[in-house]
Amino acid sequence: MIEYTEKIRAVAKKLLEEGTVDVFIGYRKGSVPMMNEPLLIRDPDKVDLLHWDSNCGLNLSNYLPRRTERIGILATGCNSRNIVTHIIENQIKREQLYIVGVPCTGMIDHRAVKRAVGQKEILGVTEKDGSFTVKGKDFEETFEKADYLQTNCAVCRHRNPVEYDELVADPVEEQEGVEPYNDVKKIEAMSPEDKTGFFQRLIARCIRCYACRNSCPLCYCPTCFVDESRPQWVGKSKDPTDTMTFHFLRAYHCAGRCTDCGACERVCPMGISMRQFTKKLNRDAEELFSWEAGLSLEQRPPLDVYLPDDYNDFIK
Amino acid sequence: MTEKIFTKDAWLETLQGLSGDYRVFIPVKDGDFHVFRLLEKGTRPDFEYQNTRLSPKGLVYPQSERMFEYSLDEKDPESNILKEDPKDYSSQAVVGIRPCDAHAFQIVKQNFDNPEYRDPWWVQHFESTTLVGLGCNEPCATCFCTAMGGGPFDEKGLDVLLYDLGETYLVKSLTDKGKDFLSKAEGGETAEEGKRKSAAELSSEAAKGMPEPRKVDPIREKTINDLFEAPFWENVAFACLNCGTCTFLCPTCWCFDIQDEVQGKQGDRIRNWDSCMFPLFTLHGSGHNPRDQKLQRVRQRFMHKLKYYVDKYDDGFQCSGCGRCVAFCPVNIDIREVLQLMSN
Repeated sequence: MIEYTEKIRAVAKKLLEEGTVDVFIGYRKGSVPMMNEPLLIRDPDKVDLLHWDSNCGLNLSNYLPRRTERIGILATGCNSRNIVTHIIENQIKREQLYIVGVPCTGMIDHRAVKRAVGQKEILGVTEKDGSFTVKGKDFEETFEKADYLQTNCAVCRHRNPVEYDELVADPVEEQEGVEPYNDVKKIEAMSPEDKTGFFQRLIARCIRCYACRNSCPLCYCPTCFVDESRPQWVGKSKDPTDTMTFHFLRAYHCAGRCTDCGACERVCPMGISMRQFTKKLNRDAEELFSWEAGLSLEQRPPLDVYLPDDYNDFIK
Repeated sequence: MTEKIFTKDAWLETLQGLSGDYRVFIPVKDGDFHVFRLLEKGTRPDFEYQNTRLSPKGLVYPQSERMFEYSLDEKDPESNILKEDPKDYSSQAVVGIRPCDAHAFQIVKQNFDNPEYRDPWWVQHFESTTLVGLGCNEPCATCFCTAMGGGPFDEKGLDVLLYDLGETYLVKSLTDKGKDFLSKAEGGETAEEGKRKSAAELSSEAAKGMPEPRKVDPIREKTINDLFEAPFWENVAFACLNCGTCTFLCPTCWCFDIQDEVQGKQGDRIRNWDSCMFPLFTLHGSGHNPRDQKLQRVRQRFMHKLKYYVDKYDDGFQCSGCGRCVAFCPVNIDIREVLQLMSN
């Protein structure tokens, strides 16, 4: 996807020069391999800072709420669905945005790559077409990107932006026949005791840094429930019950809204797969309400509306 | 100063033999990264590591520590009296700690153990701790200890320093605590001249190509207001998520929050790490928050480490250059670049 970079710079330059937008949100190349930094530019002469490659796995729509300018923003499939969700939830106005769609072939799972080179230090990464090469002090290895996608990208069904003003390239082929919920099904099949144990082990390492929450575009509450102090709902120590409360409640707040962009997992400093929580809710939203978040500006989310034929088997 | 040579196997046996004298903590591989764990039967240390994901500061200053407990039962004659929770101050040794993390304890000491204030818990945990360092033969690209007044084999803050000579370790005591540790460590041979020379070579080789020491002068010479109002903060702060990754992984971040947790009539007073990245950090009882914007919080973190600390303690920066925040900031905010911006 690195080949999009030049086009992105050109589009941003035009938008800023012509005054279509006041600011442009994209990425700049990171100072560390496989990390890029979200960037906001106002000056058309600075567009050469913009960069795109397969390590842009954060969610740029996270930077939209409460902004008042006219904004140009890059959006992959999942990012565009979160922009739609923001618009539906009145976090930003469609008229404020010029969405530059990025047909996406998936982001690289930086942890999987480090595992593949035996956790040796990676000093540089280059990508070309469908493969990428990592270099370290005494090694150089080339991998197929398709084998090292973030786990959410591997099961992505919406690689192309759903809402945009312009695309930086022709749409890419969508992945056919992906089975997104195999991991959820495995957990569903567990006994209640095993499920408890599974989730306890899953979050045992959590240090309550809230990187997952803060990288999530859905988490824009002015005060998160874990930060409330009058009354205080959740303890702040590393008590496992408090940590579990945080993760469960956060996931529930994302029900019917999550696009499985994977930012939460990408940013976790402890490598926790917290998508195991949100994916179950995504599956329920899809199976019970035929709903995938952020696909349309026209339709209200399932938890937003009541329909007489809504699923109600849980009422006994 | 004692210098001994241990084969790597013998060193491991020696450490296991120390369990009567110390709680020995060693780096252990846990999934994708390393953590410090108590050496017990069956624990396999991995000294071929770069550094632990979380710094070892938690061994002296736990993320959550119960300070006191109390009863709210009015029938209890000791109702409403805070009683100190018993803590374990038995001797512990952190073996394999990197010099940057040992340097970091010296920085944190400025806050917890100074002529004006001595934090009883930090001081007692620290005094019961022996730091047995492992020099870095191959510093990472994100390491910048040399810029912060340390180095891959820097002895500051360490009681013992290990040089990895391939098949063997040269083990050098640096303080009385270190001498004591080595006197209890059975085995080993006296280090001969050749080995000592190899150790010195390792040390100078490792520092090659690392950043030059950073002077505090360019920042000290600027006024707080000039830096505070500098135009670059908006750019630095834009990407920041205001998560606690940098502060929680940092070996020199020392801020905490005290919470009372009550269940029924039983209460605990707990001290938890806090983070200047969190909005609650400076929220006043009145509801006013002097740092209610992201930019203010990001600026605080860097100003504290690179300006306020410099001015207040005259002891370098509040950073030992371990590079954790550089490597693991989810949005790649790089303190080395911010330092450059503040120094220009």
